[in-house]
Amino acid sequence: MGHHDHAAMTMADAAGGDRALPSAETQQAAAGLAALSIDGIGHSYGPRRALVDISFTVAPASFTALLGLNGAGKSTLFSLVTRLFGIQTGKISIFGHDISREPGEALRLLGVVFQPRTLDLDLSLKQNLLYHAALHGIGRREATERSVELLARIGLSDRSASKVRDLSGGQMRRLEIARALLHRPRLLLLDEPTVGLDVKARADIIGHVRQLVAEQSIGVLWATHLFDEITASDDLVVLHQGKMLARGRVPDVIAKAGGQDVHSAFMRLTQGAVTGGSEP
Amino acid sequence: MTSTTITDHPKGFSFSEYATCLTGIVWREGLRFLHQRERFVSALVRPLVWLFIFAAGFRQVLGISIIPPYETYILYEVYIAPGLMAMIQLFNGMQSSLSMVYDREMGNMRTLLVSPLPRGYLLFCKLLAGTAVSLLQVYAFLLIAWFWDITPPTSGYLTVLPALALSGLMLGALGMLISSGIKQLENFAGVMNFVIFPMFFASSALYPLWRVQEGSPWLYYVCQANPFTHAVELIRFALYGKINWISLAVVAGCTAVFMIGAILAYDPSRGLARRGPAGGET
Repeated sequence: MGHHDHAAMTMADAAGGDRALPSAETQQAAAGLAALSIDGIGHSYGPRRALVDISFTVAPASFTALLGLNGAGKSTLFSLVTRLFGIQTGKISIFGHDISREPGEALRLLGVVFQPRTLDLDLSLKQNLLYHAALHGIGRREATERSVELLARIGLSDRSASKVRDLSGGQMRRLEIARALLHRPRLLLLDEPTVGLDVKARADIIGHVRQLVAEQSIGVLWATHLFDEITASDDLVVLHQGKMLARGRVPDVIAKAGGQDVHSAFMRLTQGAVTGGSEP
Repeated sequence: MTSTTITDHPKGFSFSEYATCLTGIVWREGLRFLHQRERFVSALVRPLVWLFIFAAGFRQVLGISIIPPYETYILYEVYIAPGLMAMIQLFNGMQSSLSMVYDREMGNMRTLLVSPLPRGYLLFCKLLAGTAVSLLQVYAFLLIAWFWDITPPTSGYLTVLPALALSGLMLGALGMLISSGIKQLENFAGVMNFVIFPMFFASSALYPLWRVQEGSPWLYYVCQANPFTHAVELIRFALYGKINWISLAVVAGCTAVFMIGAILAYDPSRGLARRGPAGGET
């Protein structure tokens, strides 16, 4: 699958400037099928415009960081991809399945870790996993096998019967990631998954997700406001006050913005954009 | 890559996937119910207060003549028992639907709604699960009421089950329709004042409708038009092994209409928008 093609394509986008972005279809044709394709997405809450004309793709087996401050529109975008909000303008596809027209086929290929915790605190780890499996129509026996496997992977096998309430923040996040993988999705969305975690837990989570990209060829969209979670080999989409300021391979975005690292590039990009009251 | 899409599964969903999903949702609701003892206790205390205190006091005031499905003179307590069963379901339906639409259960609704199965089906399963919980509450109430000399025929405990399932579904769907459709009714106090109390009092739950008719003909028509009256009558007749066909038709029709309306009106962004796009906790 053409990760390199995708890289070339996004580099070309970066060179072409933001105004002349090719449509998602053109990108798909050039880069093979995108895991996630966001095409001309806009969203308003009443008069407030939360997202304006957002277009980018996430390639299979790639790690795409969606960088933006709080209020940049990251969670709104996630709510649109997961169909919690109806799409107002634009189109979103998952492996070619338009989420408005073929929601079932699209959602089958999607795993999500939401920013607020969505586990049942009073249920056990295993019960949480089995419930999720049932929501995907996976029968009890198969679900149990997969749960055992996934709990071993996140190092929580011995806690299987504990209540989720008794886990630490980092363990809960790992469980949520395991849950998101239970139905074997090919695209994984994570909305600021390391918020509120200590340094060690953060490193564990991000390492785990990068491993998934490398070993299981899962396409990952990782929303964050933390610059140090992004590495040079990632794809990067910079979102600020609902607008997409840059997208491409990390080195290209940095070079184009004229910064030394992601942080300085982000500062330059956002200063060039609308001045806002947000703190970096 | 030559194909234009990737699909790991056969298109659509099999019967067993639908069944697994339903079982899973009901199973989870049951587990949660077992963990929420306070909810269970308060669901029981409410009708028991009516039964032990209100009914005991009113017994002397209200004489009940022999009306179907009863074949002998009955105590007032016996008369209001079906109304209280329906009241349990009314409260349960409103409470669980409200938490589905607004933030309390938002975390769970998020995980539910990213299931690939059709959204309407997921909401239907959720309402069914809420109804299952209301059944447990009603049967616990019936058990306690039995010691209070409310002793319907033994077979009645079985024949009332389908009636309760239907009325529970109707009230849950109504709750969801109301909380999705009417912005002002976003907290339980509002629902109590504007939905639960009027529905409960303007029904045959506490007094037979012929008595209402004597007092106020227009109130009689309001009671007749109230779907809750028909839920109560459906339960009352079923508890004595009989079918009230008119009530059955009204409840079945209302269930279908409320259900379709609720599914169409349900908008997850409402619960999320209230706390900003980040949403609330479970």
